[in-house]
Formats: sequence, structure tokens, C-alpha cells
Amino acid sequence: MAEQKIDLKNLKAGGFIKERGKDMFTVRLRVPGGRMSVDRLAKIAAVAQKYGKGFVHLSVRQSIELININFTDFDAVVAELGEEQQKVASCGARVRVPTACGGCEYNPNGLVDTQKSALEVDEKLFGTVTGHHKFKVGFAGCPFDCPKSATNDVGLQGAVWPVLDASGCISCGLCAKSCTEGALTMGADNKPVFDTAKCIYCGDCIKVCPTGAWKAEKKGYTARIGGKWGRRPLVGTVYATFLPEDRVVDFIGSVLAWYQEKAEGAGRVRIGDIILREGNQSILDHLRKGFPEVVVASTIDPQVINTQLPLGKP
Amino acid sequence: METIDLRGVSCPTNFVKAKLELEDIEAGTTVEFLLDDGEPVKNVPRSLKDEGHKLLGLKEVDGYYVLTLEKVEE
Repeated sequence: MAEQKIDLKNLKAGGFIKERGKDMFTVRLRVPGGRMSVDRLAKIAAVAQKYGKGFVHLSVRQSIELININFTDFDAVVAELGEEQQKVASCGARVRVPTACGGCEYNPNGLVDTQKSALEVDEKLFGTVTGHHKFKVGFAGCPFDCPKSATNDVGLQGAVWPVLDASGCISCGLCAKSCTEGALTMGADNKPVFDTAKCIYCGDCIKVCPTGAWKAEKKGYTARIGGKWGRRPLVGTVYATFLPEDRVVDFIGSVLAWYQEKAEGAGRVRIGDIILREGNQSILDHLRKGFPEVVVASTIDPQVINTQLPLGKP
Repeated sequence: METIDLRGVSCPTNFVKAKLELEDIEAGTTVEFLLDDGEPVKNVPRSLKDEGHKLLGLKEVDGYYVLTLEKVEE
């Protein structure tokens, strides 16, 4: 056997991606939720300077990728990044590093702590082998949905359900003006009238209410499943509403279990296509067993985006 | 009542301007802000609430909005 130049254990979860040039690899770093301490950033810069090409690439899933790393330097790169606890990400048919928006600590729109959720999912599920294809999770803190959560295999979107304490209402009308969805209008008695069917759970009414008369009755995530982009895009659809933040890991685990079972023998197929094959009722029933309070009564199949498919001879 | 006209001023300049104007006003004073429809009327009241001021009311006048608030000392 040839002399072992590198520790193959480091390659187990993936994250080392072959480049065009001989011996050259991209090293994809694990940055759950896109948050990076400045100390860690400085370490990455130093490692990139020493072993790389003089630049890094910011991936679309919030990772920093070291470019042009010679495979014989893998051990040194891993060791030096480890000085700031920076780990390497994954690739292939595994649970990937979750993405997230800034969350709710400083972003005035954020309804839930997406950063915390992303870290939890990363800690518990990162690198889990699906047996079939990649599995992406993304967190949006509110229905603005900057991270495009529905294009993930599981996309979670922060949500709040407002309730009015009419005795605290001063009839200012700010909530009705703030409600972009037209769910709130001012009634004849100068109090807001709530058309619940139009509410998308954004909480703008609560945020603007000067007296706190609008309050959050329920808070959590809207969970969409079956999204992906790539060659044949699908937009994920709703399976649960107001999923509590502390049940997110279990919920995703349950989705993964269904996927692992139902995709058996299907090859390299994402969960959205398995739902199209099995029908959404199957996964809906499966999820309802573990999450009866939050799983919706019915849903629709992942939505095919045909406009992305230029077919035939140009 | 003091009226601060923020019409024709876009986000976030309108909010920063409102903040600067409020610095010169005594706490407890009621102030009126004139705001354009759209983003300004959606964003400025919420941001002023976040700063700790007390929003009192909003009314529409000829295509723009009048926001009334009481200045609260930081």
C-alpha cells in the first residue's frame, strides 16, 4: 500500500471538492446560519493566505470556500482552522449545513431565533447520510423570507399569530395601515377588524401597535417540504404551522426518516420528487403521528416550475 | 403643535431626520409627522416606536399621512 499522505478521516463528511487543476481542491467551510466570529474570520483569512490562491469564494449557502488547496495540505488546513474551532462542511448525499437569516436579535423583522435553530440543526443533524441525495434546510425569520426557505428540502419560516386586546386599543389605525395583506381594516367602531383568512403571520400589526394591544398568541415556524432548485426546480409546500422552535430538530428528523424509507432504491432523488411519486398524503400522515398539533389538515404537492426548463433543440 | 414634514423624503433618511428633529424637542411634547404613503408610513412609525416614543394616532389627509406622537426621553 502506498504511503498515506493525508488523514482520510478528515474526508468522511465531504466538504473537499475536486477542482479543475491537478491535485487542487476547494475546501468548503461549515458556517451554519452564515454567522462568523471576527476571530474565526481572521483565522480563515490566514489559512487562505498560506495555502490558497489569494481569494476565497462566498458560496450561495453562506459558506466560505477556500480555493486552490493542494490535497497534500488537507491535514495542515484542518489543523490550523481547528485552532479557531472552524470545521469543514459537507457535500454529497448528506444533510448539509443549514442556512439562516440574521434572526431576531438585531433584525427588526425577525420573529424567531433562526440563528439558534440553525446551530441546533447543524449540531444534531449535520452530515447525516440520507442514502439518496443531498438534504438542505433553511431558516427564514419572518414571511419576508429573504433565505427563500421554500427552495430547501425543509424550509422553516418564522410566524406569529396576532390577537387583539380591544381594551388596550386606542383606535390609532396604525395596524390597519401596516397590514400589507389587507387582513386588517378599521371597523365602524374604530377598532380593527381581523380577516383571519388573509393573515400570513408576519406580525407587522404587533410591531407597530403603540400600546401592545396586539399581542402574539402563538409563535413558531411554518414548515415547507419538498423544495429544491437546480435542473428541475420545485417549490416546497406547507406541512406544519406554528411548529415550536424546540421541536424543529425532531420534525426534520421525522422528515428524514420518511425520506430514507420511501426513497429506498430510487437512487439519487431529492425528497420533493419522492413526494411527487408517493403523493403528499403519505408524508402528511407520517408527520401527523409525531406532530398532531401542528401538521396541517391537507397540503398540495411540491410545485413544479416549468419556466426553468428550456427543452429541445435551440 | 410642532409639525415635521417628511413628505418627499425616502427611507431611511426620513427616519433619521425624524430622530434628529426629535433631539431638539422637549420630552412630553406632542409632535406631528407628515409621511408619504407606501414604505414611509409603514416603516417610520414602527421605527419611532422602537426608539421608545409613544405613538398616538395616524390619519390620512389628501393622500399623505399625519402621525402624532409624544416624545419620550431616552
